[in-house]
Amino acid sequence: MPIEIDIAKVARLARIGLTPEELVHYEQQLQVILEHAARVQALPTDGVAPTAHPLPMVNAFRSDEVEPTLDREEVLSQAPDREGPYFRVPPFLDE
Amino acid sequence: MDLADLTIAEAGARLRSGDLTAVDLLAAVRRRVSMTEAILHAYLTIDADGATAAAVEADAAFSRGEDRGPLHGIPIALKDNMVTRGIETTCSSRILAGYIPPYDATVVERLKTGGAVILGKTNLDEFAMGSSTENSAYGTTRNPWNPDRVPGGSSGGSAAAVAVGSAFGAFGSDTGGSIRQPASLCGVVGMKPTYGLVSRYGLIAFASSLDQIGPIGRTVADTVTLFEAVAGHDPADATSFRGSYPDPRVDLDKGVKGLRIGIVRELSGDGIQPGVAAAFQATVDRLDAAGAAVKEVSLPSTEFALSAYYLIAPAECSANLARFDGVRYGPRVDGDSVEAMMSATRRDGFGPEVTRRILLGTYALSAGYYDAFYGQAQKVRTLVMEDFKKAYAEVDVLVTPTSPTTAFEVGERADDPLAMYLSDICTIPSNLSGDPAVSVPVGLDEDGLPVGFQVLAPALGEAVMFRVAAEVERLSGFDIRPELASSEGAR
Repeated sequence: MPIEIDIAKVARLARIGLTPEELVHYEQQLQVILEHAARVQALPTDGVAPTAHPLPMVNAFRSDEVEPTLDREEVLSQAPDREGPYFRVPPFLDE
Repeated sequence: MDLADLTIAEAGARLRSGDLTAVDLLAAVRRRVSMTEAILHAYLTIDADGATAAAVEADAAFSRGEDRGPLHGIPIALKDNMVTRGIETTCSSRILAGYIPPYDATVVERLKTGGAVILGKTNLDEFAMGSSTENSAYGTTRNPWNPDRVPGGSSGGSAAAVAVGSAFGAFGSDTGGSIRQPASLCGVVGMKPTYGLVSRYGLIAFASSLDQIGPIGRTVADTVTLFEAVAGHDPADATSFRGSYPDPRVDLDKGVKGLRIGIVRELSGDGIQPGVAAAFQATVDRLDAAGAAVKEVSLPSTEFALSAYYLIAPAECSANLARFDGVRYGPRVDGDSVEAMMSATRRDGFGPEVTRRILLGTYALSAGYYDAFYGQAQKVRTLVMEDFKKAYAEVDVLVTPTSPTTAFEVGERADDPLAMYLSDICTIPSNLSGDPAVSVPVGLDEDGLPVGFQVLAPALGEAVMFRVAAEVERLSGFDIRPELASSEGAR
């Protein structure tokens, strides 16, 4: 069964700008891989619980106390653009 | 004998007897690096100054009578997806070019505390996605046994470095086999610990529920030493295991007499290259002769494990890699809006394999497809785990070839992602189950390329796994180094 892929929508959701040629290329590759991956649907799984994590785990809490953090200057030194103590980005809104 | 060819155990003994110094060991390894790197490209970054300072300090500590443990003074390499304070960490991606982390991963911190000398950062498939180390933005690593071949992936740089002696040991990360498969293709020992036994804090995440840091060594005993140096609970990693586990070294010399060993029917027949199948069978026969009870067992769900993996891993990767958006680190491509800036930055920053997996994961998690793909894959994961549980009720360990083939040619599978994905068919099931597994070299195929033998054990079963691995190593007597590692071969 061919798998329906709106590749332009997927690329937009993933925030990866692709050229029209790249969209075609990736759509074809995803088709092949997903047709193989869709084999999981052939397995009867009624009553099977999904596994999100291989080991049984309980929540890991720590006490709610202030602890030393990374040095702000050192962290900001890695940013492509900054203004004072902030990361600087282009406008979110049109105006 | 060149000092770069010593094992960690041998080098450690000679350091303690005063027969040689950490500075001598580092010099030998750096000579080996300068002889082999032009061909291999195992390293992305060599931290010459940092390593020299660490070696000098290690010698000073010895002369003060301090002994920080078995890695004290030993040169070690790290896959470049573990963050190292002050040393560039790129994950082989353009999107992290120039990134200097402000902290050390827990593994790095523990190695430094143990006196290890960190020589540099090794090449990998971009963000650890791949099975050949061809998907690096900074060039392919070559297989030391034949430079026309791949070293495997994604920890190909770490495996190649250990194989030629340009590190005494190394660490990689294993999401679907990325330590064991390159170890197999390069003729060294590579191990994936039980999920949670080694902290992932500071490992740049690919697929969090599958990723595990683990060691690559020249011998099983060295690999145990490397594992012990980094294992144990870490409060900085919420998935870190808090209980106790058996001493991984205690049974190393006990042999396999009386142990029950299961051959996985689904992973030892079809699709296995003849040279690999022959080396595998010869090893099984030796274990049988050494007193193990060998029987065949079935893991029926493994047929679906690969499909489940190629939904779960991309889904988690698409979420983890959302943080690379041109805001906090790495280069940025400008745009008129935040979305345009992010889309342009991510288009230019990610290579084709990473882009493909982000798109796959985004699709598998998107509305309307989630249940059919991701949700179903998580249920298949449960079935794979149940298969393992049933098998371990009958046997102590399972064995398979590590990789269905020996090292393939550079470029051979580059345009066929599905063929590349099949490289990991024997290793993926234990990433889904979270169980430990190790690859041990057992021989060469007809082309003179190494074959790896995989030993799998139930969760926290490192002791019995290493016990069998040590016996496999002893029985196969594999002690050949690639020609590139000798000074003649590198000329």
